[in-house]
Amino acid sequence: MNTAVLRTEFRLFCREPGAVFWVFLFPTLLLVILGSIPSFREADTSLGGLRPVDAYVPVAVLIALIMAGVQTLPQALTGHRERGVLRRMRLTPVRPSALLSAQMVVQGTVALGSALLALLVGRLAFGVPLPRQPGGYLLALLLAAAAALALGSVVSALSRTTKIAGAIGSAVFFPMMFCAGVWIPVREMPHAMARVVQSTPFGAAARALDQAAAGHWPGWEQLGVLAAWTILLTAGAARWFRWE
Amino acid sequence: MPTVIEVTDLRKSYGGRAVVDGVSLAVEEGEIFGILGPNGAGKTTTVECVEGLRAPDGGRVRVTGLDPVADHEKVSRVLGAQLQQSELPPKLTVREALELYASFYPDPLDRAPLAERLGLAGKLATRFGKLSGGQRQRLFIALALIGNPRVVVLDELTTGLDPRARRDTWELIEDVRDRGVTVLLVTHFMEEAQRLCDRIAVIDKGRVAALDTPAGLIRRSAGATVISFTPSAPVADHDLTALPDLASVERKDGRITLSGTDETVNAVITLLARHRITAHQLRVVDATLDDAFLDLTKEEAA
Ligand SMILES: Nc1ncnc2c1ncn2[C@@H]1O[C@H](COP(=O)(O)OP(=O)(O)OP(=O)(O)O)[C@@H](O)[C@H]1O
Ligand SMILES: [Mg+2]
Repeated sequence: MNTAVLRTEFRLFCREPGAVFWVFLFPTLLLVILGSIPSFREADTSLGGLRPVDAYVPVAVLIALIMAGVQTLPQALTGHRERGVLRRMRLTPVRPSALLSAQMVVQGTVALGSALLALLVGRLAFGVPLPRQPGGYLLALLLAAAAALALGSVVSALSRTTKIAGAIGSAVFFPMMFCAGVWIPVREMPHAMARVVQSTPFGAAARALDQAAAGHWPGWEQLGVLAAWTILLTAGAARWFRWE
Repeated sequence: MPTVIEVTDLRKSYGGRAVVDGVSLAVEEGEIFGILGPNGAGKTTTVECVEGLRAPDGGRVRVTGLDPVADHEKVSRVLGAQLQQSELPPKLTVREALELYASFYPDPLDRAPLAERLGLAGKLATRFGKLSGGQRQRLFIALALIGNPRVVVLDELTTGLDPRARRDTWELIEDVRDRGVTVLLVTHFMEEAQRLCDRIAVIDKGRVAALDTPAGLIRRSAGATVISFTPSAPVADHDLTALPDLASVERKDGRITLSGTDETVNAVITLLARHRITAHQLRVVDATLDDAFLDLTKEEAA
């Protein structure tokens, strides 16, 4: 890891107001808007006694990861490649892979920061309890972040231009949001649908975060699904990614 | 003088078409070596093989004895380069770009004097996306030099620079050479090649058409001397075509322009004297590198 490259990539990220908004602010903003609706603050029997706002904290956390993974990461990487920044970097003693890993760290850190913000605002503004199994929560969160970043690298590997990356990113974005439970919480989905959704990275992550929030260690099945996706996507990215 | 860049029988094809077809050249330490050639001749392809950005299909490339592809990391520490086409992130400022690239090298140059000499001192806080084309070019020249390299490869050094910036850049490159740095320079500007280069390779259709000093190239090309005059009486065509070493004849508005060698000049003078013709506005000039270049790369009549 090259710290000068990391610092530069972080600066550049902060200069993109769109990226900062969608990754860092939007998930919490959504939580605040939904939490301001009175009915979202009343216990719901179909959610096992949880309030909808409780169920939406893990969703907000996952939105941050999805935004960073399939929207801002591929845009940044593909942009660097399209402009020949990666190629120019090949002329220096620092490898262009330093740029790739710096991007991952920046996007991952901002997304995790955004997750933390959502947890804190949920706790302070709406009294959503912090995860009762913090270790399990953190593990699930880190695995989900790894899967999101790996997915983003695959999107970037398959996109020759930032336009294509934007199009693929959007096409992947909505199914991922669905799997994360933005429209129907994963636990409320009909059985067959839940099975399919939980075999996707964000469906598995949603379930794992739910479990850890409720005080249980996340199921090995969910963690296994996340790990498998991360490995598979990383291998795909490594195979298909081009520096120019 | 040790050889710093060695290219032997370099070959590179794209889609079955040989773009570089057996180029050989050797650049010695501390010289400025120029590459001239028409668009699409294979110049960029050749120098990018030297930089290790492209892998040759055949032949051998060595930079300070190292293979630029296999020993890419070692080569990148001694070689600085400016690409014909490149960009930086639009929101990165000039200062940040210089700092970032300086941090990549163990013993970088001082940024302030370099920025000063390239006329970037007042632009340090400007973002790359807001620079003019010439300012971007200057920044890329700075980035090529910032690592204090032993070898610099410059692909179209002064394209897009205004005349003053161009002269300033030439002085900078001469200073760099005077420190013992070896320079490989691709250019379309004959004036630049004539002023800077110790030797020049003319590349045409992927091959080296000629390799010599600028003066040598001019001397070697047909029509190294150009004679023009307005005769006081008509001169017969057969008298002109019989001149020794004649490369070309041109008549325009009563004026005759001949190119050839010193031999041709002598014979013209004798011819005119014999016919008692006065040559008005007689001019005898040495051909320029431009003429030599056009002569060396002219399309063969099919
Ligand atoms: N990556 C590539 N893929 C396919 N063809 C290429 C590639 N790079 C170069 N070529 C072809 O190789 C030929 C030589 O290109 P090159 O860029 O080396 O020319 P050049 O001498 O630098 O020309 P110019 O003066 O216009 O810069 C061109 O016909 C070009 O179309
Ligand atoms: Mg070129």
